[in-house]
Amino acid sequence: MRSIRRTLDRSLARDIALVCVADAFVGASFGAIAVSAGLPLWLPMLLSVVVFAGAAQFMFVGIVASGGNPVAAVVAGLLLNARHLPFGFTIGDVLGRGWLRRIVGTHLMIDESVAFALAQREGERRRAAYWACGIGLFICWNLGVAVGAFAGTAISDTDALGLDAAFPAVLLALILPSLRDPAARRAALLGVAVALVTAPFLPAGLPLLLALVGVLVAGLGRDDQATRREPEPAS
Amino acid sequence: MSTTMGLVLATIVLGAGTFAFRLAGPLLRERVELSPRVEKLLGVAAVVLLAALVGTTALLDEQEFVGFARPAGVAVGGILAWKKAPFFVVVLAAAGTAAGLRVLGVN
Repeated sequence: MRSIRRTLDRSLARDIALVCVADAFVGASFGAIAVSAGLPLWLPMLLSVVVFAGAAQFMFVGIVASGGNPVAAVVAGLLLNARHLPFGFTIGDVLGRGWLRRIVGTHLMIDESVAFALAQREGERRRAAYWACGIGLFICWNLGVAVGAFAGTAISDTDALGLDAAFPAVLLALILPSLRDPAARRAALLGVAVALVTAPFLPAGLPLLLALVGVLVAGLGRDDQATRREPEPAS
Repeated sequence: MSTTMGLVLATIVLGAGTFAFRLAGPLLRERVELSPRVEKLLGVAAVVLLAALVGTTALLDEQEFVGFARPAGVAVGGILAWKKAPFFVVVLAAAGTAAGLRVLGVN
């Protein structure tokens, strides 16, 4: 942990802390929404510790609270979380060695920690950003959910605070440096278009995976340091 | 509504499945030799996924258009980020724009 502290400079630590605070509020709204929908107090808290993926948790609670089958809720949640497979394939190197680190680091893999890691150039900083964001969010998210579950509807409307706009803005700010690369920009534009066009017709999660066709465009594009040994990764 | 046992079980299955997705990437990565080109494409793949997540969460609620306040907030944040504003300015401006528009009755 000490090496993480050393590597994180103040501005990166502040950015991560800001995201943690914002997510704590979203967590509180999650806890409040789940309990006020008539679900038991422990369910949002157990979900947050065991699943630790905001969108899938909201989806799960939404389905179960409206009388849906828990099996359907699990399937919908898994579909939404399938994106973690390509995430892990990309940033797997930040986890480090040792089985305990690997297991804990694996569980801390979420959109924000992946995005913070990707936004860093250098290896040591990538690792520090990933772990600091993952640990910070795990603590803040779970605390927020517990507070929300107990406090009830007091904090259920995070839209009034504009926090629903904060999440995409956070991710956008973190991927912008990567988008300065033309191949990545082409791929992302196509991916976003595919996701948006298919989203109205497909269950949530699937449009995100379909967005990966955008990578093919980047692959077909000219690459100056092309080694051309291997085919495209099939995601 | 579902039984307590059913809900506990469903939560554990979702947690285990999610963990399996998270674990598969790092494990696969160790087993294959990656050329620099593939390595680069993997980076692009993660950026594409995150970009698609930005696009869908900025514009859609479930499967319908979410209204104007949220995308406007994200757009303001995006422009500021593009102009290299500090991260906290980007995030607070995005949230503030969306919240402000809602106070004004724009949704």
